[in-house]
Amino acid sequence: MPQNNSQTIAQKILAAHCGRDYVSEGEIVNAGLDIVLGNDITMPLAIQEFKKIGAEKVFDSERVVIVPDHFTPNKDIKSAQQSQLVREFASAFHIKNYFEVGKMGIEHALLPEQGLVGAGDLIIGADSHTCTYGALGAASTGVGSTDLAVAMATGKLWFRVPSSIKFVYEGKPQPWITGKDLILHTIGMIGVDGALYQSMEFRGPVIGQLSMDSRFTMSNMAIEAGGKFGIIEADKVTEQYLSQRAQRPYRVYKSDADASYDQVYRIDCSKIGLQVATPHLPSNAKPAEKLSHIGIDQVVIGSCTNGRMEDLAVSASILKGQKVKEGLRVIVIPATQEIYLEAMQKGYLKTFVEAGCVVSTPTCGPCLGGHMGILAEGEKALSTTNRNFVGRMGHPKSEVYLCGPAVAAASAVTGHIAIPQEVMDDY
Amino acid sequence: MIIKEKVIKYGHNVDTDVIIPARYLNTTDEKELASHCFEDLDQAFAEKLKKAKIVVAGTNFGCGSSREHAPLAIKASGVRLVVASSFARIFFRNAINIGLPLVQSSEASQETEEGDVLEVDLSGGSIKNVTRDKVYSISPLPDFIQGVIQSGGYIPYIKGQMKK
Ligand code: SF4
Repeated sequence: MPQNNSQTIAQKILAAHCGRDYVSEGEIVNAGLDIVLGNDITMPLAIQEFKKIGAEKVFDSERVVIVPDHFTPNKDIKSAQQSQLVREFASAFHIKNYFEVGKMGIEHALLPEQGLVGAGDLIIGADSHTCTYGALGAASTGVGSTDLAVAMATGKLWFRVPSSIKFVYEGKPQPWITGKDLILHTIGMIGVDGALYQSMEFRGPVIGQLSMDSRFTMSNMAIEAGGKFGIIEADKVTEQYLSQRAQRPYRVYKSDADASYDQVYRIDCSKIGLQVATPHLPSNAKPAEKLSHIGIDQVVIGSCTNGRMEDLAVSASILKGQKVKEGLRVIVIPATQEIYLEAMQKGYLKTFVEAGCVVSTPTCGPCLGGHMGILAEGEKALSTTNRNFVGRMGHPKSEVYLCGPAVAAASAVTGHIAIPQEVMDDY
Repeated sequence: MIIKEKVIKYGHNVDTDVIIPARYLNTTDEKELASHCFEDLDQAFAEKLKKAKIVVAGTNFGCGSSREHAPLAIKASGVRLVVASSFARIFFRNAINIGLPLVQSSEASQETEEGDVLEVDLSGGSIKNVTRDKVYSISPLPDFIQGVIQSGGYIPYIKGQMKK
């Protein structure tokens, strides 16, 4: 232990989960888990490995969460077979938090909404965007199917204690800026491996003002910079959210003031305009207004990054009374049933349909080129999702541009990449 | 263990979507996954595999999704080893867990070209580029990870631990 035994929030949460007061960066610890998550793609492999371990039960039937969301409602026979396998496993092992179609939503929107994850938790999921729950002040990260199998059997997993990078967001953000613009800008600044193996900590006055939905968007994309965690310390906004939802007691950890960081970045948000990441890396962040020459074939508003209430509210406020550009396809996917219902009650779904969008049941769908909006050769999509790799949304010669809800909705009206000011008289 | 094979070379940020596109994730069959490995990145991969069995790449290899189908597809295709300047962390865990050997070396990665022959001594900690007559040392993996590799993957390792 160094003389100065100050720790970051990541160190504190890992220490608490292996029964210690202090863990040092770089050491490998075996830590107990609060929640273990699998989906319809990663579970089938995990079930195979789980059987090889020979475990007779899961470590805790209330703490294993299974969400079939990627290819559901099932897109073809093979994915139906996979879902069947997962459903049978859930039933055989009495998994309390198994979410069938009808209750299902996109996992990283669903778990916080259902109060299954909270501040101070240590969480793994066999899905890379498991880092989303960092927005609640949790240490939460993605792993693969073998890790998931071991975690389901033992309730524990090995972790290398990461070093941390601090991002301090200051200044007054411009109109229409949401968490997506801040995180695209950040990834653009440090690159897709800028936080490899590290814990990203998002702080500062702008984060304090940010809604929970925008915070989820930011933590969600930590993995797009290679990050292990993307943590926002719990504050009043978090506690307000958790007080209405958390099913278990939570614990607020804070980084010590003199904890050590590999880097500290200060970001002046008054200088960040609406962002778009051009193909084929999330780090290709550019100001949206410089891309108005890019015509698009499809717009997707949804995913674990931007399929929440705030995203639908922003989109609806721009699309109200407008029409989708002739020849453009616009697909809106509320991330969960609860969001779907609320968007219906608030009239947003009506706004979307009247404008000429389609509204889908919750699913990952087009985000990973699964179904519900696959691109043909040469097509361009503008999407509120998180990845724009080659072939991500369909044909290897198609292209994906990433943005937040405001740019997506404005561009739905113009048919090219646009900012809201272009389509609204009074904003 | 010594692996001596020809090299297939790729660039930086080879992501899991090009290693195995999501449209094939409706199966866990290793042979089927292997038959689509790298197809969106390099249509000649299957042809190249007949002569070369080491993949060398730049930084952040395996970035993107947590799909274990990616290292599985690479391993089942017959690739024996991946050398890269750096690996994305979930891919690194997954490869170790399923027993696909990985070696990290930016020097070796930068100075190796497609078609070179590499001789890699996984236990001795060195990479030799036979074609260019150069040797690079590799830093040893943490004891715990070596234990996992020696057991043949994470599942056999855990089974061993549970018996203790
Ligand atoms: S919405 Fe996209 S990124 Fe999110 S979990 Fe689904 S496939 Fe993954």
